Amino acid sequence: MAGPAIELIGINKSFGTVRANRDINLEVERGTIHGIIGENGAGKSTLMSILYGFYQADSGEIRIGGKTASIRTPNDAIAGGIGMVHQHFMLVENFTVVENIILGAEGEPLLKRSIGKARSELQRLEREYGLDVDPDAVIEDLAVGLQQRVEILKALYRGAEILILDEPTGVLTPAEADHLFRILRMLKDQGKTVVLITHKLREIMAVTDTVSVMRQGTMVATRRTAETTVEELAELMVGRRVLLHVEKGKASPGPVKLAVSGLTVRDQRGVVMVDNVSFEVRAGEIVGIAGVAGNGQSELIEAIAGTRRAQSGAVMLDGKAIDVTGHADPGDLRDRGLAHVPEDRHHVGLVLAFEEAENSILGYHDKPQFLKGPLLDVEAIHADARDKIEKYDIRPPNDRLRTANFSGGNQQKIVLAREMEQDPGVLVVGQPTRGVDVGAIEFIHKRLIAMRDAGKAVLLISVELDEIRSLSDRILVMFAGRVVGERGPEASEGELGLLMAGVVKQEAA
Amino acid sequence: MSTPFAKLPRWADYGLIPVVNLVVAFLVAGVVVLLVGENPLDAAGILVKGAFGSGQNIAYTLFYATNFIFTGLAVAVAFHCGLFNIGGEGQAYIAGLGVVVVCLSFDAVLPWWLTFPLAILAAAAMGALWALIPAYLQAKRGSHIVITTIMFNFIAASVMVYLLVDVLKPAGSMAPQTRDFLEGAQLPKLKWMLEALGLSVRSAPLNLSFLLALVMAFLVWVLIWRTRLGYEMRTYGFSPKAARYAGISESRMIIVTMMISGGLAGMMAMNPIMGDQHHMTLDFVAGAGFVGIAVALMGRSHPFGIVPAAILFGALYQGGAELAFEMPNISRDMIVIIQGLVILFAGALEHMFRPAVQTLFASISPRSMGVPAAKGEGA
Repeated sequence: MAGPAIELIGINKSFGTVRANRDINLEVERGTIHGIIGENGAGKSTLMSILYGFYQADSGEIRIGGKTASIRTPNDAIAGGIGMVHQHFMLVENFTVVENIILGAEGEPLLKRSIGKARSELQRLEREYGLDVDPDAVIEDLAVGLQQRVEILKALYRGAEILILDEPTGVLTPAEADHLFRILRMLKDQGKTVVLITHKLREIMAVTDTVSVMRQGTMVATRRTAETTVEELAELMVGRRVLLHVEKGKASPGPVKLAVSGLTVRDQRGVVMVDNVSFEVRAGEIVGIAGVAGNGQSELIEAIAGTRRAQSGAVMLDGKAIDVTGHADPGDLRDRGLAHVPEDRHHVGLVLAFEEAENSILGYHDKPQFLKGPLLDVEAIHADARDKIEKYDIRPPNDRLRTANFSGGNQQKIVLAREMEQDPGVLVVGQPTRGVDVGAIEFIHKRLIAMRDAGKAVLLISVELDEIRSLSDRILVMFAGRVVGERGPEASEGELGLLMAGVVKQEAA
Repeated sequence: MSTPFAKLPRWADYGLIPVVNLVVAFLVAGVVVLLVGENPLDAAGILVKGAFGSGQNIAYTLFYATNFIFTGLAVAVAFHCGLFNIGGEGQAYIAGLGVVVVCLSFDAVLPWWLTFPLAILAAAAMGALWALIPAYLQAKRGSHIVITTIMFNFIAASVMVYLLVDVLKPAGSMAPQTRDFLEGAQLPKLKWMLEALGLSVRSAPLNLSFLLALVMAFLVWVLIWRTRLGYEMRTYGFSPKAARYAGISESRMIIVTMMISGGLAGMMAMNPIMGDQHHMTLDFVAGAGFVGIAVALMGRSHPFGIVPAAILFGALYQGGAELAFEMPNISRDMIVIIQGLVILFAGALEHMFRPAVQTLFASISPRSMGVPAAKGEGA
């Protein structure tokens, strides 16, 4: 084969009136790591979905290894040597690694032989790329980083020469991400081509050879990574200069608003997710909880906000107890001034099928200002929604649009507007900028700082370590359900990373 | 990942798609008619004439439609809360008991316009109570409501047979039915309404219950889209997690919604018992509870869709009866086949033609498609 690994020429794709991709040209050289960066909705995923056969381009040409390819289904893409590792893993949780690897490539009705073949192939891949995973481990028992490795093995097993990774580091610790990057470099050295889709500028700088920037469906620039800077890429992505660092003054903590002591939470299976956790959040400070996803942060804030029952421990809000082990009701907590921005805005924080205005009262729908007797005061609700849309610059400014049709950043603004505008004393925020574009991140961070400066107590959890470090006045690190350390905002990434990985022994609390 | 097809404009979603489904259902039904050796066009003519040909026929069509409006609304209210109430049949059947108790107690004492509201309350209360048990089991014990409501249909049927044969049947009578009600428990017919439109009606069972059904349809609309309770129901229906987050009690939602649903199904009993026969017979519900599921599906769970859908099914009942009478090769069972096809295409295969219609719309007028979905991470 000759020529570049992938050539996309004049790709166009529209959904209704929106042109998700216009006249995209892209050339990915063989044996390189090529980054594609852009905000949410810039068209990265659409472009890769076209390449992988999920969608058909309206016009344009795809060439693989210099030859025109017709990719109508993912099977065509696999046959053409393209493998994809999705953001949300496509693994059968209760199958073993080897069963997942052969899934869809079984080859014959009886499994014995194909499993045997897969085993020896896995050993070869392990030797060549250092991708070691126990072939008989069940997926749900594996750490997220290992699950991702299985996804990569799946693609390689199918003979992928070109590997596309969609936002691969969202669920990884810094150490796991580093390991992933080592694997990617090893793949590159073996002559594979890697396409890395991300919105994290640091990753682009760390691992790619070439980077292409997308904005609003167009390819705005391609640069040699060595010849560009983080600032230039951010500006290309957003189309204007962006403040990458949050500016904030010194905190002036006041009285304790939220006090958690000895909180223990088990999940449905009885596994301890939060283990005897104690801390305080004062008025006028942001306390950040760092940790790799799945170390109990989610369960912690859910228990505090009353959407999950705790097994033992106590939580005091303004000096009065919250019945976290019994019938804490999120509605009551809202009345007492505790607002909650949940981690999962798609299923918890919003009802995607609702109109924007309907979501702007979720949880506050029993407030007298939105009611006229037993009826909803439709006019007041819409007036209030339009007010919030203007204040939080929610786009498009249409309070009757279905919430699913807003971008991730704007959906998050709907939630934030709703929770912040009620002027709560305590704000519990989970993953405020997950899946949110750079421009909106800046806005959301400013709002959180403004809440702090207005004397509110803010409890923040995030898997983005940068976010925790730039916003928090104090950082707690959670590992395996315990708070394993407290640091100031000046703590280095490496130090926090070690705590997050559980390497450092728990300090005396 | 974005959906490749954006949302249809509302009129197409609520109007065009059901019509397309219906046309296909009738085309397939036409093939069936052809197979038994009758002319499908003639059959269609007889069916339409039988349903709408005269004031008399229209009155019958609307009489049947009344039943289906009540049961359709019952299913729709539960749908909005994410619950599938298959128990409308049993709830309506048991509700008949409420109607009968009120009617037998007061028909000699009160005028009809006082018995009427009492009977509505009794019917709704009995239907709601019959729905309460499965609702409680779902809310507190996690027993699936689809299973329990089906079982409660059988229990209701057995209870009613026992009551009609051993308790309610007047001594010395051979028929398993209650005694006839006196005038104080007979609802006025709506002959005048059709006659005011210039139609002639000899005698038809269409009665005041029809207007009650229309009022309930409006009230259901208010409930779902204009009240706090309806908002909470829809939140729970779309996302139980979001409801929990919003401080909405799950068990309260299930129980309240099912009781409203059961109450609506229960009111169906008013129509045949108080409005038409003036006594209660065995199996007076006659499948209306199940037809309500199809009506709710076809009406997209919207009261203003349910009323026309109920009239369509009323027309199939009434026109179908005429067809079976006129065409010797077409039996009652054939009519059931046609109804089944309508349910199949309008209900079960509701989304079959949607992608095609959406593609068509996108190619004709992309602007009408509005803003397409760009949701989620990395869209």
